[in-house]
Amino acid sequence: MTDNAPRFWRAIPQRYSLIGTHCSNCNEYYFPPRNICPNCRRSAQMEEHKFKGTGTVVSCTTIYSATEDFERQTPYHLAIIQLDEGPRMTGQVISGPSGVKIGMKVKPVFRILGKEGDRGIIYYGTKFAPLEE
Amino acid sequence: MRSVSIIGVGCTKFGERWDSSLRDMVAEAGFSAIEDSNVSGEEISALYVGNMSAGRFIEQEHIGSLIADYAGLARLHVPSTRVEAACASGGLALRQAVLAVSSGYHDIVIAAGVEKMTDVSGGTAADALASAADREWECFFGATFPALYAMIARLHMRKYGTTREQLSMVAVKNHHHGCLNPIAQYQMEITHEKVMKSPLVADPLHVFDCSPLTDGAAAVVLAPTEMAKKYCDTPVKILGSGQASDTLALHDRRDITTLDATVCAARVAFGQARVEPGQINVAEVHDCFTIAEILAIEDLGFVEKGQGGKAVEEGMTSLNGKLPINTSGGLKACGHPVGATGIKQAYEITLQLRGEAKKRQIDDAEIGLTHNVGGSGGTALVHILSR
Repeated sequence: MTDNAPRFWRAIPQRYSLIGTHCSNCNEYYFPPRNICPNCRRSAQMEEHKFKGTGTVVSCTTIYSATEDFERQTPYHLAIIQLDEGPRMTGQVISGPSGVKIGMKVKPVFRILGKEGDRGIIYYGTKFAPLEE
Repeated sequence: MRSVSIIGVGCTKFGERWDSSLRDMVAEAGFSAIEDSNVSGEEISALYVGNMSAGRFIEQEHIGSLIADYAGLARLHVPSTRVEAACASGGLALRQAVLAVSSGYHDIVIAAGVEKMTDVSGGTAADALASAADREWECFFGATFPALYAMIARLHMRKYGTTREQLSMVAVKNHHHGCLNPIAQYQMEITHEKVMKSPLVADPLHVFDCSPLTDGAAAVVLAPTEMAKKYCDTPVKILGSGQASDTLALHDRRDITTLDATVCAARVAFGQARVEPGQINVAEVHDCFTIAEILAIEDLGFVEKGQGGKAVEEGMTSLNGKLPINTSGGLKACGHPVGATGIKQAYEITLQLRGEAKKRQIDDAEIGLTHNVGGSGGTALVHILSR
């Protein structure tokens, strides 16, 4: 990761609050936000949209060998989540003993995602947890 | 548009080349390709080199100039261009060279690829490779490359019944092919049991499902087909070249278990070549992970969607099968120096079409294919080559 704080700060609305975009021309939702709607391009009408954060696991894995930044967290679950509004995103899933399964319903939880060493900034953001537990 | 042919090829030994630098390896591959083609330095009118991340791996950018310099072509001021498309950088360099010759802008052009990956720790290398995924919206949350392909594998198994054994069979086959290839990084047989005993990287993928970190370089010399016979008795024609893009992040794809970029690049290349998938005799496909080879043979049109695992199990893709895949050992066993891989694929297919692949030579190879993927499928290149 980077020692560049602005790079993290400018994504805070998306990472903390799941702010994405919605094109009112074609009614498609985007997360992470896009400035250009791939359906409508120049005729797009983009507006901010706050996602509920609930969704379904499309696919998942458990990571045993990670990059240096995540090595201390292994093993951890990673999934592609389809948000209820439509778009998909990648995120970690904190699960109980039953693990993570394709088709599982999840909800967002606010967690530490990483930190830049012992003295650097701490990255907060969204992880997911099973909806029923 | 002029027809383009390969008139010379060269490739270094792949592996942990602690005794060689990036510049040593690219000079070695380039020299053997030039020697193979009988062109003189003065005749070379342009260089294209595929390299993913020398900035991260050896803290060196400006690879175009470096390569012209150490190929001994700096005094001739030959224009040299570095191109990057993550693990598809080599395939992209080949395509840029094809376009340059085909358009009539240049006659003799070298396409090279190189990566020096073992001068940094495994963790640093993994992080450099992760930059081929979406840094902000995949890697930031802890995604790694094996994890992305593991999620493809998990869903492919669920949708199509692909089995864990079928994944292993890709690695077992490619290691067998690697044993027959003197430049391969791994020249040892493995078994399904050995794959399963190797540590889990990202469930369901084990260490032996993953291509390794590799140093290596490869080069090919291109010429207009009308001039090719002047240099070479057995030129190999490039019948088609296709390139396509898709979303950077895996989660944004239409279908997680299909690489639409491969489908589109293949459609373009087959159309240009006026060849059907059934006419291909041998192919080098992008098996960065075992599941990737299964996707590739489906998305290139060799088998129906979902039937890739079964085709591997039935031996269709083995050396003596109907369509031998990755006779070099593929990325899995021959090694995967990311920027060099796309050029090494053209090197291997050229050897097969010329009948020079020795122990791993297949009978009567007339038409071959190369397939190179960047990241989890954000870029794909397909080339069709013929005797």
